[in-house]
This record gives sequence, structure tokens and C-alpha cells, in this order.
Amino acid sequence: MQHLFILASLIEPGIGLIFWTTLVFLLLLFLLGKYAWKPILEAIKTREESIQNALSTADKALKDMRELKSNNEKILIEARAERDNLLKDARETKDSIVAEAKHKAQAEADRIMATAREQIANEKNAAIGELKKQVAVLSIEIAEKILKAELSSDEKQKALVSNLMKDVNLN
Amino acid sequence: MTSKINTYRRNTPVFIRLFTLILLFGFGSLKAQHENRDTVLAGGPVHAAKEKEIDIAQIAFEHILDTHSWHFWGEGHEAVAIPLPVILKTDNGLVFFMSSEFHHDIHGTVVVEKNGRKFVNYEDIIYYASESPNEEGHYINSEKNEKGEVTVLNPAPLDFSITKNVAQLMLSSIALFLIFTSMARAYKKNGITTPPKGTQAFLEPLVVFVRDDLAKENIGPNGYKFVPYLLTVFFLILINNVFGLVPISANLTGNIGFTLVLAVFTFVLTTINGKKTYWSHIFTPHAPKAIWPILIPLEIIGTITKPFALMIRLFANMTAGHLIVISLIGLIFIFKSVYIAPVSIAFALFIDILEVLVAFLQAYIFVMLTSIFIGSAMEEPHEEDAHHHEGEKVAEAH
Repeated sequence: MQHLFILASLIEPGIGLIFWTTLVFLLLLFLLGKYAWKPILEAIKTREESIQNALSTADKALKDMRELKSNNEKILIEARAERDNLLKDARETKDSIVAEAKHKAQAEADRIMATAREQIANEKNAAIGELKKQVAVLSIEIAEKILKAELSSDEKQKALVSNLMKDVNLN
Repeated sequence: MTSKINTYRRNTPVFIRLFTLILLFGFGSLKAQHENRDTVLAGGPVHAAKEKEIDIAQIAFEHILDTHSWHFWGEGHEAVAIPLPVILKTDNGLVFFMSSEFHHDIHGTVVVEKNGRKFVNYEDIIYYASESPNEEGHYINSEKNEKGEVTVLNPAPLDFSITKNVAQLMLSSIALFLIFTSMARAYKKNGITTPPKGTQAFLEPLVVFVRDDLAKENIGPNGYKFVPYLLTVFFLILINNVFGLVPISANLTGNIGFTLVLAVFTFVLTTINGKKTYWSHIFTPHAPKAIWPILIPLEIIGTITKPFALMIRLFANMTAGHLIVISLIGLIFIFKSVYIAPVSIAFALFIDILEVLVAFLQAYIFVMLTSIFIGSAMEEPHEEDAHHHEGEKVAEAH
């Protein structure tokens, strides 16, 4: 019976404890809220934010570095391409210069050859003319000498006339 | 009627009995045992009758119920206890005196006279004393019905005493305040860049857990404004659950008055934060209008049963744990054999360790369910299965 009595008070909330719990709990909620939870939660939040910031900054730095690296690579590639281009251009220029020079040299050589040929032809003609003149002179001298010899006596002159007369056929 | 009955010695597993008793509130089984009051185990020679019987049930209940003084050890006039203030709201106004004026009496034999009114302490409830003592010398007028149930007929003043539970509530609140203000100071002193140390390092994960995994997870982004409330409830329950494991301490979280107040706060928060979806679920359920007259009252009852279950869960879990431990220790006295002690101690130690887990678990469950209830009340109208989802969460928590 006594136990029954106790049991009843076990599940029967006492007014005193309800009153004090309400009072103390509300007071505790207010005091902790103001002097503990607010600064603690703010500090935790600030720290989380600072960690987040640090992480995102590090992330950004890493990204920047990667970008920089890729930029560098790009620049390197570009430089390499530029160099190749330059070399190609130089080679082309060299080739063209050489080709032109060759061309010019050929043309000069051709001109020189042509001049030389012309000169040779001229010299040849002159030489032939001279030769002809010499031949004529020589012929005349020979003819003179022959004539002199042929006409050295009367008989001979008569023989000749007769000969010539023979040839002249008076028809 | 305070005969020292060893009601439980007849049947062996005492703690199972007490456990069932508390959980089912089965009053009937006690009455049956009351009939059989033969001193079975003390059945030795004649002097057995002189031996002072120890009523384990009485002691067990004394340990889990609220008292007007903080008792440490000893019985009767040899008891060592801290007297606590008694505050009574009588028809003659407020009355103050120290509980020591009752001289550790809880049987209504010592009368204290204040403000022209006389008071007695009967089973730690304070009544106005009767004019004259009854045949047992108690200034209490009681009546027994045919079932043997005792009803005290004396009127009682409203009792606002600083009882053992209230004292522990205040002490634990002061402890919480000191612990968390020192934690807050640590942040101020060490700045936010140094990692937390000591208490700060132990408590910070719990604070973050309540904030992220309870408030944010169950209430949503709006949950931040409930974080201070949830944290206060969590740590108040936790510290008192842990304090309650200490033998001389009060069983505050196992007192239904305490859990009632917290459950009412949860109910109030749920109700005042209820959004359109919450109320439409209650007053315009997704069902044919014909069954609305049945459904709407059920939904309204449902809003009350949720915090009611919170109240019972914490109270019953903590009380049951304490009863098991005290019953296991009580086995030594019931069997009157020192050879039972190792077994009792081993089991009690096991249960005590389990209780440490339960202390954390119950604080967690109470706050988690509170946040789920608030979250479901604040739910915005969206997917249809949200209600099912909430139901699952609640089911998991049990």
C-alpha cells in the first residue's frame, strides 16, 4: 500500500518542481544564450568562415598557379612556334636570295657570252676582210709578177696575143 | 500502515519485476505480493523476528523520488543529510523553514508549526497535520479502501520547496553556466585561430553536432535560431543524466515534473512555429471529408502525444536505469548473503556503464526529436512524402 502511494507520486508531477524547472530553465536559457551560446557559436562560425576562406584562397592560389603554369607553357609553345617560323622565313629568304643570285649570275654570264660571241664574230669578219684584202694584194702582185714574166720579151707577148686571140672566137 | 514488508523476496528476479512495474505502471502486481508477507528467507531461529527488515522497494523508491533534504547516509536520527529550504504556499501566505525541522521524519510523526499552521511530512509530501495522531502516532488521517489502497485525507499546501531535485537543478545550471562561459572566454582569449583545448575541445564537437546534425539537419536553414534552445536542453539533460549516476545525487531527469516542463517547451515551440503545411495537415487532412471528424481530433491528439512521449521516454529511461542499479544492490540485502555481492556489483557495474551510454543517448534523442518536431512544424509545402520521411525518422529514434 505504501508502495502504491509512492508509485502514484512517481508519475504525478509536483507543482514545485514544475515551477522551479520552468524558472531555472528560462533563466538558464537566457543567461547561456547571452553569455555562452552567442559568443561560442559566433566564434565557431568565424573560425569556420576563416578556415573556408583560407581553403578557398589556397584553392584560388593553386588555380592561379596552374593557370600561370599553363600560360607559361602556352608562351613557351608560342615562342617555339615563333622561332620555327623565323627559321622557316630565314631559310626561305636565304633560298630566294641564293636563287636570285644564281639567276642574276646566269643572266650576266649569258650576256658576257653573247658579247664575247659577237666580238668573236666581228673579229672573224674583220680577219676575213683583211685576209681577202691581203689575198687581193697578193694576187695582184702575183699577177704583176706573172705579167712581168710573160711580157718580158716580144715573142712571149706575141704568143700571148695569139693565145688570147685564139680564145677570142670572133664569131 | 508502514509495516516493513519484504514483498519481493518471494519471487526471484526483483529488478525485472520493478522494471516491468515502472514501464507498465502495473500497480496490481504489488497488491498480490502484499498478501504473502511471510519472512521466507529469515526463517531461521527466533531472533530472526528481531532483525530489522529492510524494505528494498521502499529504499529504491526513496532513491528515485524527490525528497525535502539531501540525504547522504544513515537512517532516522543518525541520518547525515543537508537540510533544504521548505517553501509552502498556504492559505495563510508563504511559509519558509528548513527541512531539518522534520528531523528526517517522513511518516507524519513530527509536527512543525509555522504561521499558525501545522505541517507533517508523510512520504516526502507535506500535509497540514491532523489535530491528533492516529493509532500509529502519525498526524495523518488516512483511509484504506477495500483493495488496500491508502488515501491521505489531509489537505496539502502547494509545495514550492527547494527539494533535492530543485537543488540539483540549480547546481547543475550553475555548473553549466560556469562551464560554458569559461568555454566562451577561451575563444575570446585564444582567438579563433588556435585549436580548442581541454573542455573547449571536448564540448565544441557536441555544440557543432547539435548545431549541424540536429538543428540544421532536421529544421533546415531556419534552424539556427533554435540552436541556443536545443543546446541548453541538450546539456541540461546530459549533465543531470550524468549527475544522476552518482549515488548520492538526485534523479532529476527521471522525474516526470522536470521532463514535463521540457516537453511543454517543445510543444509550445512546435505550436508557435507551425507553418501553413503543419496546420493544414491537422485541419484539412488528405482524406475524404467524411472521415475528417475522426481524423482531425486524432491529429490534434497527435500534436500532444509527441511531446508526451518525449516526457515519458526520458523519465522512464532514467528512472528504470536507477531502479535496476538499486535493485541489483538490493539483492544483497534481500538474500542476506555476502556471496551475492560480487554478482550484484558486477551486474550493477555493467548497468552503470550502460547508463553512461543511456545518459548521452537520451539527451541526444530528446533534442533530436524536439528538432524533428519543430522541423516538421516549420516544413514548407513541397513533396508529398515529407510526412512519411518524418515518420521514419521518429521510428528510428525509438
